[in-house]
Amino acid sequence: MKQVASRDDRAYRYTTAIVAAAIVLLVLGIGFELTRQSTLAIQKFGFGFWKGRVWDPVSGEFGALPFIWGTLYSSILALLIATPVSLGIAVFINEVSPRFLRQPLTYLTELLAAIPSIVYGLWGVFVLIPIVRKLEMLRPEWLKNSPFLSGPPLGVGMGAAALILAVMVIPFSSAVAREILKGVPMNQREAAYALGATRWEAIRVALGYGRVGIIGAVMLGFGRALGETMAVTMVIGNNPQLSASLAAPQYTMAAVIANEFTEAADELYLHALIEIGLVLFVITIIINALSRFLIWSMSQRAVAPAPRPVVATNEAAVV
Amino acid sequence: MKVSSLVCVALVLLAACGGKETATTSTSAAPAPARQAVINGAGATFPNPIYSKWFSEYGRLHPDVRINYQSIGSGGGIRQLIARTVFFGASDGPMTDEQLKSAPGSILHFPTVLGGVVPIYNLPGVTQSIRFTGPVLADIYLGKITRWNDPAIARVNPGITLPPADIVVVHRSDGSGTTYIFVDFLSKVAPEFKQKVGVATSVNWPVGVGAKGNEGVSGLVRQTPGAIGYVELIYALQNKIPYGSVQNKAGGFVTATLDSVTAAAASASTSMPDDFRVSITDAGGKDAYPISSFTWILLYQNPTDKQSASTMVDFMRWALGDGQKFTSDLGYAPLPQPVVAKELQALQKIQL
Repeated sequence: MKQVASRDDRAYRYTTAIVAAAIVLLVLGIGFELTRQSTLAIQKFGFGFWKGRVWDPVSGEFGALPFIWGTLYSSILALLIATPVSLGIAVFINEVSPRFLRQPLTYLTELLAAIPSIVYGLWGVFVLIPIVRKLEMLRPEWLKNSPFLSGPPLGVGMGAAALILAVMVIPFSSAVAREILKGVPMNQREAAYALGATRWEAIRVALGYGRVGIIGAVMLGFGRALGETMAVTMVIGNNPQLSASLAAPQYTMAAVIANEFTEAADELYLHALIEIGLVLFVITIIINALSRFLIWSMSQRAVAPAPRPVVATNEAAVV
Repeated sequence: MKVSSLVCVALVLLAACGGKETATTSTSAAPAPARQAVINGAGATFPNPIYSKWFSEYGRLHPDVRINYQSIGSGGGIRQLIARTVFFGASDGPMTDEQLKSAPGSILHFPTVLGGVVPIYNLPGVTQSIRFTGPVLADIYLGKITRWNDPAIARVNPGITLPPADIVVVHRSDGSGTTYIFVDFLSKVAPEFKQKVGVATSVNWPVGVGAKGNEGVSGLVRQTPGAIGYVELIYALQNKIPYGSVQNKAGGFVTATLDSVTAAAASASTSMPDDFRVSITDAGGKDAYPISSFTWILLYQNPTDKQSASTMVDFMRWALGDGQKFTSDLGYAPLPQPVVAKELQALQKIQL
């Protein structure tokens, strides 16, 4: 009996190990294949590809900088908008909302995550862009000349892209943040109340307790924003230029691949597009590694002074 | 115990037999003959509706033939044809010499239908149709003409009060045969455009906003006062989008219609090269609409699969003959007769 169980255990262990190894192999395989299929562009442009500002399929000159800029800028802006809103939603649902509203609110925010991105894109084109254009037309003269809001009132552009990304990121970040807040043990809040804390102060204690997980929630949203394609390309204006202005049309890496891949017939062009994919892959890995490091260093610091909460988190995780 | 295992064996046998049975019946299903020949093709999205119609109509006439077409884009079609993963390709632009050289065999071009590209715009308060010349369109897309009341536009639109509004330039963001045809025309009529932008399915636009697909461009133009864009003629016709007329080589302002697009092909047919790799933008005829183009089916001259080859040649003969009557309903301009005659001759080059 005991022997059978241990054999099963072993089989189980091997199976899971194989599955886990498959993921690592898959990532390595993607990296290898992206590199292999972009060799022409890598050889021709070298590191200059990352710094090049011109994307000209006719003359065969390719640089990724405007796309890298557009991807990072739109994602960071989206995070700046989405993070406070997501945290607000999570705090409201967990700590403030009357009990009967919790379930419907949770359901509604999760519903946002289930909407296909093309639908977000259409909503962006027909609802968001006209609103953004109206706002852009209301800009006073001095704002029109500021570097962050200069440009004609097109509606499409970085601002619209950041807003739509924010809406798309919110359900993910808020769902994770809500779970994290749920996992904060009640005694944390009780202790705060016992010390005479107001409700807001108690919530702050809870947020502080769960900060590692909340950073994780934000990073999850960041990852999603980096790779989002369809909705972004429909509202960003698809013009590869380096601009800080929210009113200027710009471009992202995922969008240029989706837009130009089907019609790219010559080899160098195709390799350059695949290298854009490689650049996106590398940037995603770097950002994930950085966020891992951030979480790791924060949890290190969290453990040192107060060992008890760690036990509590483990309990929460087990439950 | 014994009974259950017997049942098991019986079930397995039954399942095996059943499987075999259905397999044989499906291949020899009543109407279809024993072997259905399948031919695979891939390429341009622009002619997809007419190709689908053709393949289904032809399949009805010849139940033993099935032609699959994947509209993955011209570039993808050419790539797959060169890799020989499909039997035929389809493209909105002719293959370049370089691409032809990289193919494992000689490839022939066959024009199938015609398309046009039309300028659309959004000018509140202007009810008349705006006229454009090639150089004006080129200067707008180069960012040199930035206002609607620019003298260059006003000169060709006498009697129309043009607003002093900024021009918002909209172009396609996705690689597209539509862009190819449009920039091909602009490059022919404006040397500066040719030198600064050039001809390809995606180009480095000096100004403007990119929108995805015909629907993206027309949506953005409709929403943005002062916007100008370009879409396929079919798309404009089907969605009843008004568009401007364009001056042709003979000097007349021609509004795009199926007839004026066919006229462009007809006037170009006198100087048609033998490989049909020809751009018919800025064609010479009096009624010719200047932003017109063929779309091509690409076939190997010496295909390895001879049976598919003879089927495909038969299909091409049908498409160029009876098949042409389906074009107008779907918004495509039919080929002019001289081009069809020349193509029927060229089809004989294929080694069966």
